[in-house]
Amino acid sequence: MTEIRWHSRAGQGAVSGAKGLGDVVATTGKEVQAFALYGSAKRGAALRAYNRIDDEQIFDHAKFMRPDYVLVIDPALALTDDITMNDKETTKYIITSHLSKDEVIASIPALQDKTDRVYVVDCVQISLDTIRRSMPNSPMLGAFCKISGMFELDYFLENMKRVLSKFPQKIIDANMEAITRAYNEVK
Amino acid sequence: MAVEFEVNEREVWDGNYAASQALRQADVDVVVAYPITPSTPIVENYGAYVGNGYIDGEFIMVESEHAAMSGCIGASAAGGRVSTATSSQGFALMVEVLYQASGMRLPIVLNVVNRALAAPLNVRGDHADMYLGRDSGWLQMSAFNAQEAYDLALCAFKIAENHSVRLPMMVHQDGFITSHTAQNVYPLSNEAAKKFVGVMNPVDDMLDFSRPVTYGAQTEEDWHFEHKAKQHKAIMDSASVIDSVFAEFKELTGREYNRVETYDMEDAEVCVIGLGSTVESARVAAKEMRKEGVKAGVVAMRVFRPFPYEEVREALKGCKSIAVTDRSSPGGAMGAFYNEVAAAMMTSQSRPLVTNYIYGLGGRDLSIENIKTIFREQQANADAGYITTDIQQFTNLRGPKLGFFKTERN
Repeated sequence: MTEIRWHSRAGQGAVSGAKGLGDVVATTGKEVQAFALYGSAKRGAALRAYNRIDDEQIFDHAKFMRPDYVLVIDPALALTDDITMNDKETTKYIITSHLSKDEVIASIPALQDKTDRVYVVDCVQISLDTIRRSMPNSPMLGAFCKISGMFELDYFLENMKRVLSKFPQKIIDANMEAITRAYNEVK
Repeated sequence: MAVEFEVNEREVWDGNYAASQALRQADVDVVVAYPITPSTPIVENYGAYVGNGYIDGEFIMVESEHAAMSGCIGASAAGGRVSTATSSQGFALMVEVLYQASGMRLPIVLNVVNRALAAPLNVRGDHADMYLGRDSGWLQMSAFNAQEAYDLALCAFKIAENHSVRLPMMVHQDGFITSHTAQNVYPLSNEAAKKFVGVMNPVDDMLDFSRPVTYGAQTEEDWHFEHKAKQHKAIMDSASVIDSVFAEFKELTGREYNRVETYDMEDAEVCVIGLGSTVESARVAAKEMRKEGVKAGVVAMRVFRPFPYEEVREALKGCKSIAVTDRSSPGGAMGAFYNEVAAAMMTSQSRPLVTNYIYGLGGRDLSIENIKTIFREQQANADAGYITTDIQQFTNLRGPKLGFFKTERN
């Protein structure tokens, strides 16, 4: 089982991101779960979203998980939220930030012994450039694609087009560009 | 004529979306609704299907849940296929009219997305609302995941509308844990679902002017008792219809449902019995306990009303110690579910040890480790031959350990 925890603020699209990821993963024949944990949803409030991915039906409905991947799509939450909570020795971190990887690691004490498992990409700037507003969920999916090696980029893009099919073509194209850029830029 | 809504063989849906798709495929005529978290998307989606021409139905917005169920009663008495959804406070406000619906024998399907009752205000899942409806004369089924919320909603129409049943039915799913968790769902094609549910064939519909009927007449001590006894018997007798609808569903989909579900129970000595999403987590915990050499199993209530006493006894007959899990504040007694399981086992030959665990109120998490602790305590009871803990305990509660009642021993 692969488990993923998203750290986000309400409005940044972590819930949609987790569900979109689940949707794409399901097309590969795997079983998925996507859920979120938030209080009374107010834009800007910190929230966590979760994915579970397995070859067989997923029966574990607990919120507790020891994530294989932690995806942080709000730069400030990387500093203020407990992003290493319940982690494993193999947990990989993908963090949104305009700072360099070294600067991010230097500013988060909990990451000091995990430096080889930390990846940084500026999902906020990428979404501003492509989607024209701060919507860091799509780029994070591109970065996750690259770091996890779970999908080929082209396969992922094709399936995301289907997930986004209810949106106008312009928005779909912008998201494709955002995913591709983050895939290429994550370090 | 409705526009065809495209569904794929494999979808990633949450429990709410899955339930709303079942309402669309069942060709529900009328949904009367007053939305409440976390069940809102069910009726919201139905409204969208009507608005976008995917279904020839009527979506009626009202000023309260009391009015929502009242409207459902009117539409159902008129002869329509009727459904709605609610949770928590909304369910509580419906309670008065729930009894009207069942007393009038109207086959309404209510999707209940279980949520805690205030105060304190809480939008998350527990079973306080479900137990509030347990004496209302409705049939009650429990879905453990989104797929089942869909499957059971389809089955519910077929059961409720069966002419030998003619009772309203609730399909329960856990707020957020099921309703807002997207997972793989394998829906039926529109055509197969429509064919399975069949055409609504109303009895004593008020719009049949050639044969006028009265609904909700007054009866005092002369006949009230007989009416209620007949209603109770109809609920009890619905078990055979439920079984046959489940059998038909299995033939169509390969997915098997039983009024009482059993997992790893063949040689189990200790078990957890529960309902809702917890059942699936408990299955994971039982498998892990078996690796530790504990003969652990899980029993689950698919159908809570009518309460399957005989099937519960049968499922638990080989068990030495049983943990009955109640996701509801017991309010000064043992848990409601515990009382029923204990009653079933008190009248069994084996008379196992029966313990009560209160858990998950207001959405408090129940981890696999929490459930394993419950299994370990059952094993200790089985080894000792008596209940070694308090009979009622609170699981994953903050602060000092809370428990009540001890076994009386000489």
